[in-house]
Amino acid sequence: MTTLALIDYGSGNLHSAERALRAAASLAGSDIVIDVTSNAGRVARADRIVLPGVGHFADCAAGLRAVDGMTDTLEAAVISGGKPFLGICVGMQLMAEWGLEDGKTPGLGWIAGDVRRIEPDKGLAVPHMGWNGLVLQQDHPVLKNLGDDPHVYFTHSYAMVPANQADIAATADYGGPITAAVARDNLFGTQFHPEKSQRVGLRLLANFLNWDPS
Amino acid sequence: MLKTRIIPCLDVKDGRTVKGINFVDLRDAGDPVALAKAYDAQGADELCFLDITASHEGRGTMLDVVRRTAEQCFMPLTVGGGVRSAADLVQLLRSGADKVAINSAAVANPAVITECAAKGGSQAVVVAIDARKSGDTWEIFTHGGRQPTGIDAVEFAAEAERRGAGEILLTSMDKDGTKSGYDIPLLKAITETVSIPVVASGGAGSAQDLAPAVLEGGANAVLAASIFHFGEVTLAEARQALADAGAPVRPFET
Repeated sequence: MTTLALIDYGSGNLHSAERALRAAASLAGSDIVIDVTSNAGRVARADRIVLPGVGHFADCAAGLRAVDGMTDTLEAAVISGGKPFLGICVGMQLMAEWGLEDGKTPGLGWIAGDVRRIEPDKGLAVPHMGWNGLVLQQDHPVLKNLGDDPHVYFTHSYAMVPANQADIAATADYGGPITAAVARDNLFGTQFHPEKSQRVGLRLLANFLNWDPS
Repeated sequence: MLKTRIIPCLDVKDGRTVKGINFVDLRDAGDPVALAKAYDAQGADELCFLDITASHEGRGTMLDVVRRTAEQCFMPLTVGGGVRSAADLVQLLRSGADKVAINSAAVANPAVITECAAKGGSQAVVVAIDARKSGDTWEIFTHGGRQPTGIDAVEFAAEAERRGAGEILLTSMDKDGTKSGYDIPLLKAITETVSIPVVASGGAGSAQDLAPAVLEGGANAVLAASIFHFGEVTLAEARQALADAGAPVRPFET
């Protein structure tokens, strides 16, 4: 029996992510157990880890650091242990070195780069809210079989600007390319919300559940 | 490219939809969860539930409707009606709403917008404005459009943005129910003032009414109730009409 730890640190999209992961497990034909937990020990024992997140970078970073032993456990399980990791929205942004939302807040530092306010020209609204097309930049197992011209749901005012272009798995066009997904080794992160992206989102989550980066 | 969102809106009272619903092949036409699923299958880009329940018991029922919808529909869900505080927002978000629309309470006390944005993030806070033409400007009405406030809609939209609203849901009281198209001058006045997304509401009578809200009015999304509920316009027809007029829509295969 394999388990997935969905980290509970007070994020608003926790339950949506849980429901979508259960549906994705059924789609993937996986009997993986989804463990919603704030317990670092249970995260350490899980086979896969998902970090949700919504809202404010600094709030989420503070929330995650407030959970006893969690950042050390994540470092050990994901960076040293190589367990497949998925960050969603601010959970993805937290992989960066720094968040620049209301001051400068350190992230987990797994992906070199910052999280900066998006400043599209041409009078485009911020937040970037709604369905946008994915432009795949990597041939990645988590991005397989999403159909022609896959669209996903975004809602954010900040986006990751990775230092290494090679870490960008997908972009979206919003007055220029913005980072939609990042990937390196056993790390994957989506700026958009797969848990709110209907069939495309469930397929992506199912791909993550079947992904073997080792 | 970001696509135009098409948002069916359901009025819910004591756990049942109240405006006429005429869906083919739907056994229980009054169940908002069944309707939400039908719209999900048709490729709605987002759903909006408006809770017009007056009673305390009805509120609990609404939370249950939101919960059951979120279990089955993996799409953005906005819930409005009777939201008075950040505590109400948190309760709705926990039940499965992604965004919460605040109307009368935000007008009566704009600090509520600040509190809600601090608690749920700007992306979760929609400020709903019901406006009616008054001379050369538009005045905000509250309490379901019954109560004039003397507040200028354009100025209030700017304040809502400053206070951290992530989106404006703009309903024209002059156009609502007329099926004569959205209020383009009102939309333009608001979208030229704020830089957050604006959802057009009130007046859609046909699929051809949708595109002008986007192309002329500058709206990011179009919300409608009766044209979808009565089956006058399917979501596929709405997508096609928008695309034909040059407003980008999400590709969706049913």
